[in-house]
Amino acid sequence: MVTILLAFFVVWLCTPLIYRGLGHKTFYALALLPAGALIYVLTKTSQIMNGEPWVEKFEWIPALNLELTFRMDVLSWVMSLLVLGVGSLVLFYCTSYFSHSSESVGGFAAHLFSFCAAMFGLITADDFIVMFIFWEITTILSYLLIGHAHNRLSARRSALQALTVTTAGGLAMFVGIIMLGQSAGTYSLAELVARGPALVADIEAGHGILTGAQLSIALFLILCGALSKSALFPLHFWLPGAMAAPTPVSAYLHAAAMVKAGIYLLIRLSPGYGMVAIWENTLVIFGAFTMVFGGWVALKQTDLKLILAYGTVSQLGFLALIVSAGTPNALYAAMAMMLAHSLFKAALFLTVGIIDHQSGTRNIHKLSGIFRRAPVLFAVGLISAASMAGIPPLAGFVAKEAVLETYLERLMHAENGSVLLLDLVTVGAIVVGSMLTFAYSARFVWGAFATKPASFMENIDEIKFCQTHYDRNPAKLAHLEKSPDTLFHRVNFTFIASPVVLTLLTIAFGLYPEPVHHWISSHLKKIGEYDLHLALWHGVNPAFLTSLGIMTVGMVLFLTRNPIETFQNRIPTWPAASTVYRNIVDVLDRLAVWVTGQTQRGSLGFYLGIILSTAVIVPTIVLFLAETPPLANIRVNVNPAEWAIALVMITAALVVLWARKRFLAILMVSVTGYGMAALFAVRAAPDLAITQFLVETLSLVAFVLALRVLPRNIRTQKLTGKREQTHQSIRIVIAIGFGILMMALAMFTFSSRSLQPISLELPKMAYEIGDGTNIVNVILVDTRGWDTFGEISVLALAATGVASLLFIEGRRDRGASKNLDTQVLQIFEKRYAARTNLTAEQKVAGRFSSVHRDPFIVAGRTLPPERRSILLEVMTRLLFHTLIMVSLYLLVAGHNLPGGGFAGGLLVGLAFAVRYLAGGGRELRAASPIPPGVFLGTGLAVAALYAATPLLFGDPVFTSYTLQWSMPVFGDVKFVTATIFDIGVYLLVIGLALDVIRSFGEKIDVKIAENRKQEARRRNNAVAEKKRQVADRKAATGQQSTQVLVTEEGGNR
Amino acid sequence: MAIDLSLILVMGVMYGVGVYLVLDRTMTRVMLGLLLLTNATNLLIFHAGGPAGLAPIFNKDIAAGDYSDPLPQALVLTSIVISFAVTALMLGLIYRAWVLSHGDEIKDDAEDRKVATKPSYDPEEDTPASTDSSEFDGDEQTREREFKIKEEKRKSSSLESQKTTARIAKDSSDIAGQKEHA
Repeated sequence: MVTILLAFFVVWLCTPLIYRGLGHKTFYALALLPAGALIYVLTKTSQIMNGEPWVEKFEWIPALNLELTFRMDVLSWVMSLLVLGVGSLVLFYCTSYFSHSSESVGGFAAHLFSFCAAMFGLITADDFIVMFIFWEITTILSYLLIGHAHNRLSARRSALQALTVTTAGGLAMFVGIIMLGQSAGTYSLAELVARGPALVADIEAGHGILTGAQLSIALFLILCGALSKSALFPLHFWLPGAMAAPTPVSAYLHAAAMVKAGIYLLIRLSPGYGMVAIWENTLVIFGAFTMVFGGWVALKQTDLKLILAYGTVSQLGFLALIVSAGTPNALYAAMAMMLAHSLFKAALFLTVGIIDHQSGTRNIHKLSGIFRRAPVLFAVGLISAASMAGIPPLAGFVAKEAVLETYLERLMHAENGSVLLLDLVTVGAIVVGSMLTFAYSARFVWGAFATKPASFMENIDEIKFCQTHYDRNPAKLAHLEKSPDTLFHRVNFTFIASPVVLTLLTIAFGLYPEPVHHWISSHLKKIGEYDLHLALWHGVNPAFLTSLGIMTVGMVLFLTRNPIETFQNRIPTWPAASTVYRNIVDVLDRLAVWVTGQTQRGSLGFYLGIILSTAVIVPTIVLFLAETPPLANIRVNVNPAEWAIALVMITAALVVLWARKRFLAILMVSVTGYGMAALFAVRAAPDLAITQFLVETLSLVAFVLALRVLPRNIRTQKLTGKREQTHQSIRIVIAIGFGILMMALAMFTFSSRSLQPISLELPKMAYEIGDGTNIVNVILVDTRGWDTFGEISVLALAATGVASLLFIEGRRDRGASKNLDTQVLQIFEKRYAARTNLTAEQKVAGRFSSVHRDPFIVAGRTLPPERRSILLEVMTRLLFHTLIMVSLYLLVAGHNLPGGGFAGGLLVGLAFAVRYLAGGGRELRAASPIPPGVFLGTGLAVAALYAATPLLFGDPVFTSYTLQWSMPVFGDVKFVTATIFDIGVYLLVIGLALDVIRSFGEKIDVKIAENRKQEARRRNNAVAEKKRQVADRKAATGQQSTQVLVTEEGGNR
Repeated sequence: MAIDLSLILVMGVMYGVGVYLVLDRTMTRVMLGLLLLTNATNLLIFHAGGPAGLAPIFNKDIAAGDYSDPLPQALVLTSIVISFAVTALMLGLIYRAWVLSHGDEIKDDAEDRKVATKPSYDPEEDTPASTDSSEFDGDEQTREREFKIKEEKRKSSSLESQKTTARIAKDSSDIAGQKEHA
């Protein structure tokens, strides 16, 4: 079975290639696989019939008791005949169906094909959960297939509706599966059924995990899934909607295969759980109503496909109803009926597909005289419909006899009142439903094939006819007694082959039902006693007489179709289930918008306020109302240094509240950070102290660099309005509440510790297994390696984020250090030498280190003299190499002494920061010829390679090894490979620091310079403009005065 | 386990001030608030390790209980470095926001408010859809004819284009030949 599924999967993957080569003929190729699979399954027939299921088993998730078990017993075997046989025929049929259409059907072919595989998986999976997965796959594929004509609104909507309804049912079923599976202790379907009766007895005696009511709920939930999939009222409406799918899909999914999944599950579980009251009651109530309701609605449809769709709804109700009793006889009848139904319903759908394809309509008001045009098709339709109506000697009749026999006998032997009632309802529904079935079957044949009176036809002047000698005048056409034949293209042999095969099988099943009896009886052998035997002629018995009655009444119903139609149109209708569904969805939509509108205010403060007040109120209530642990061991004073640090930190934190100046606020937060470092140092955490100290310093540099363009003061909110004041007081309350809650929480939590900490083992393990004495470092690079790896990935991401926020167009970090040769420096020197507005000090600074023999910190010369600091440059010369050396020491020693990759990397970052501060951006690039991106990438790569390498030796990820060897000078050398991981961390942290300094330093420098230039240009322009205006005005007044002069002169004359 | 009141107090104040700042509208203060919250949380975790002992550097002669608890220290170390990365990212955001809008304030999200005024009518769900009584446009006879015409057109056009390319090739070779001849 796994082979079959794998073959399906491989071919499915190749479908695009096949489609490119074969076009519409792809379907022929695809049809071969289910046919081949069917033959393969048939080779196992004798084994399966002998009661030895064909089982294939694989471990999947042993911890969850999940196994990939595929198990084919007789029921699965019968189902696979349907799934593979009908699947193959439908795929074959598709080629003709999609010929002469220019749209692409490659995707459709793949979906339909994979549906076949999913369905095969569904019926062979033994694990309930695996079955459920296949179940949901069929739902999704059904969605895709119904929505094939995605440019039609009706198709999209129907697809979504089908998906919503069946997934909702599926979800309910999943809950039921878990409840049942947990209480039975197994998810194997075979086991579940075998243990079913014992389990139910246990539960009823009050022993199991579940109570009786809970078992009923679980079974009801499973039924919800099965009944929604099999389109029983009130969830039936998706099936008529699904008729928007191409007709082959309707034939396969919505008649033969997918809707049968629900029935399959009922038959599968019935031997184990059929005796629970809710099982039978649910099935009888919904089945009976659906059967009658579907038949009644089918009678008033004018679309051939909808007649069949409602007919299918009715028949599925019928099948559920047959299963309801749960006796071996009932299962016998149900299996026979299911086979018969699949055969005739698939054939009928395929027939409708041909009619639609050839004539361009499915409306019975537009079809006339088709029987004359396509006699073979007519024969197929007639025979299959007759089988549906239950007319001998066809499959439908034989199966229905078995059903009637079962339930009539049950009715006669019923004693108890309630059982009698249920049986009466069942038999009544079967009889009435069958009469309606007969009537709509006749209506179908008549509607599809008969010659109709011209007055029956709709828009007769628009219909194309075969005969051309009629006068196209509508008035004259309407007066004809018989409508002319609708235009109908000749049907190809390949097109009609599939329905013909199905119809032949229907006849064969009817005339010689012995093989079917053989299959079903070998399935029932293990379940219980049964006394049915499928046969065409049982003699004149109650069942036969009932059949005769049904046929007679059905015929009467058909003949009186006109009065019935008038009656149906006159009685008030309930709102259609699909309308109710859409109203529910509409209400949900409105509710969702309302809730979103209420909660989604767009204000970050609002959201945070809600979250934080919840965070304060709920734990407070729980802490003080439920159970308050005693406070213990609170010490007021141990170490005066701690108190001093604490007071400084508290003061600094409070100053932040009132600080108006941005840098003051930042500085005060930094003070708390340094305070943390001091606390760590006092409390014996050297690694933390070093790291915190370095981070705080780097952060401070980053702060100053990044925020230098922002105004000096933080804009504070004005508390003028009443609203703002309320907000302010709420903020204060939340803040104080949160602070107090956290203190209380900390104290109560620490007081309630009753066990030894797990870390007591760590020191020894760190030394013996991790081979390092710095326990914190061993935890980072070895014990919790994954954690650290995740962390450095975050660091790489953050660094990239910073770079992309500053360097919008790209990192631009290649070949950055090249532009610092002597020529460039000379240009700068000349430029600064030309300046005259410098003080004496600045002149000295400008000349500093312009001697050529000194290559270190040359970039300082590119800075304007007033921005240089000789002190800083000299200090940098002294410090830089020292810092790098110390960082390397921290890195190497980290495994045994305080330090490690983080501290080392941060120190290098600090060294670079110093270089940048002394010599500007060019200096930074000279300091690190390697761009930060390379550091980040290399660091991450080294870490990842380190993590993965042990896999080559068959060890788990992040295994560290200790290598020992002796070297001439150094003596015995011990190397712990975890250091490699630390090197990766080191490189990555350098990259992060470099990215931060480069972005906030150089990039903002450039931006500021640009702004300054623009500003200057604007100022110059403004000055020039002003000058010009003044000049213009002068010129204008000059002209005026000349004019005046001239006139005066003239006047003088 | 001994609880040091000094640490508890510092932590509480930093949490309170941090929350107050986070609820502000100015981005700089929100960021500072987050930093204080980080510090406070680091302190909480660190303090959870119990009273201070000896630095967690292994020595055979020291009993396991005498060390400061190394596990919270390792957790806090990770957190410190992460907080640096987060700070850097937030600085980048503040800078970019300033460059773009010359503002340091968190404004209300207009898109969020729009949701409340969204009409309940949705064209995909609420347009009345016509039910089709056929999947096909017209009868098979017409469609087959049209399909054949289309196929032929496609074939002939590809044939023609082949001819054209052949002609062009011939012409160019002719021209080349003439040139050589000349």
